[in-house]
Amino acid sequence: MSDSSTFMELPRITTLPGTSREVTGENPTAASTAADAIVPAPAARSRATTEPAVVRWLLICLALAFLVLFLLVPVAIVFIEAFKKGWQVYKESITDPDALAAIKLTLLTASIAVPLNLVFGIAAAWAIAKFNFLGKSVLITLIDLPFAVSPVISGLIFVLLFGARGLFGHWLDAHDIKIIFAVPGIVLATTFVTFPFVARELISFMQAQGSEEEEAALVLGASGWQTFWRVTLPNIKWPLLYGVILCNARAMGEFGAVSVVSGHVRGETNTIPLHVEILYNDYNFEAAFAVASLLACLAIITLLAKAIVERKTHRLLLEGQTVGEPGTLAPVPVARH
Amino acid sequence: MTFKQRSVLPGFGLSLGYTLLYLSLLVLIPLSMLFFKAGALGWEHFWSAVTNPRAVASYKLSLGASLIASLINVVFGLLVAWVLVRYPFPGRSLVDAVVDLPFALPTAVGGIALTTVYAENGWIGHYLAKYGIKSAYSPLGIVIALTFIGLPFVVRTVQPVLQELDVQVEEAASTLGANRWQIFRRVIFPHILPAVLTGFTLAFARAIGEYGSVVFISGNMPMKTEITPLLIITKLEQYDYAGATGIAAVMLILSFGLLLMINGLQYWSAKRYSAA
Repeated sequence: MSDSSTFMELPRITTLPGTSREVTGENPTAASTAADAIVPAPAARSRATTEPAVVRWLLICLALAFLVLFLLVPVAIVFIEAFKKGWQVYKESITDPDALAAIKLTLLTASIAVPLNLVFGIAAAWAIAKFNFLGKSVLITLIDLPFAVSPVISGLIFVLLFGARGLFGHWLDAHDIKIIFAVPGIVLATTFVTFPFVARELISFMQAQGSEEEEAALVLGASGWQTFWRVTLPNIKWPLLYGVILCNARAMGEFGAVSVVSGHVRGETNTIPLHVEILYNDYNFEAAFAVASLLACLAIITLLAKAIVERKTHRLLLEGQTVGEPGTLAPVPVARH
Repeated sequence: MTFKQRSVLPGFGLSLGYTLLYLSLLVLIPLSMLFFKAGALGWEHFWSAVTNPRAVASYKLSLGASLIASLINVVFGLLVAWVLVRYPFPGRSLVDAVVDLPFALPTAVGGIALTTVYAENGWIGHYLAKYGIKSAYSPLGIVIALTFIGLPFVVRTVQPVLQELDVQVEEAASTLGANRWQIFRRVIFPHILPAVLTGFTLAFARAIGEYGSVVFISGNMPMKTEITPLLIITKLEQYDYAGATGIAAVMLILSFGLLLMINGLQYWSAKRYSAA
């Protein structure tokens, strides 16, 4: 089992590399149906291995009631409250100059944090998935660290570094550079909390894929960069996109960490979630929910994109496993589970 | 053993070097700052900051509410995973996608939505109010918010394990005369136990640090409904850096402890499931 599979955010339902290979070996039809649906439909079961219909439906209803109560009602309320006073109020709320400034800042922040973590994710996944070295599992754990840290603490550490009384506070003050209560602090905190997303998606995927294809390309005379651009990148594009989607969703929606470093200056250091908070605390509920509905739409788009990409990745992994039997040229560096 | 095994692939130095540099600059050095600052407080100062009654009340509330919420999630997460894996019903794949909603929805949005639903005049809140139950602006509200954000963890860790459980095992148990409840209790549950525990710990770890969804619904009364992350922010806003740093260090140590526990649990389940 890959060590990084389920820490904190979004554990995924891909079958573990080792086990899905066994499935492919035993029963190719089962594997191909599994490729079509991420969650394979429940197999028909005999009476001895399932519950009576009454119990089944009771459990289904109980589960659905819980999900509706806890998940769907809150999302529904966002849109209902947003449009309570009609389309006009809604439009005014989201085109208000402060709201527009918040949207702009959020887009700017995401457009810096996501590419930074994207490059890091590729580098980390290449080092970890393609090579065997001492301390690898420690490195994987360290990459997951930001998920273990409370968002509030993620903001606090940057205040301790760059704040007025922080380690670099005097120096920054002397040079008239503002990081905390300004845009750079927001970008830093956001980059910190979204740090592991791309890396962990790529690490588990690339570990499962192995590196026969890269080895073949190198043997055929491709250079390192050519191998990366023409072989690796096309192979990992879906999981890469998946990581970027998750990273972006969190970057745009982060509240706690950003709240600590932002200073809440309207129109200047407010991101969308902070703007929602201010409107809500001003009892301006319609506007708060109108702006919040933008983030709710982002969440729905994220879930949709996630479902699509997950399906693609899953298929890719299964295909890779039927083709890539280890006819290896060099000792396979990645530990196969 | 040498540091690195031989490989024909290039780019090890570059990729590992960049990884370590970026990791150190963005994560390791800033995080170690916290311990450095906490250490600089001196033991007595640190101790009085982290044990003052308001801080202790916040630990109790944070730990208690997180524990209850994670236990609720174990029960309902297991139920949802079970239903999704075992029973065909219309709209199943949609329901499966919806489970991830708390991950995708920004916490502030979840927070104001839950507060509106559970406020005294809210959709669900006014039913509860009829029975004299105050949900929003009370510890119960905190539990509700933490249940909301923790739900996917248990579902997503238990689901794949339940999926791979061989039906023949249950058939064997059945031919040996076990009834359904016995099969669940003695065959299925022991098998999924490591996954359940992992899901529980993940949900618990997330709940302890959660801020965005809780601040709106909790009411934020010192000593009563003030969670630890909020107390850190309050101290920071009062320029009590020492207090904020001390409490944050305590939380961080707890989080690292949980992280170790999760790694241990995953090691255990990896062994368990590869042996099966």
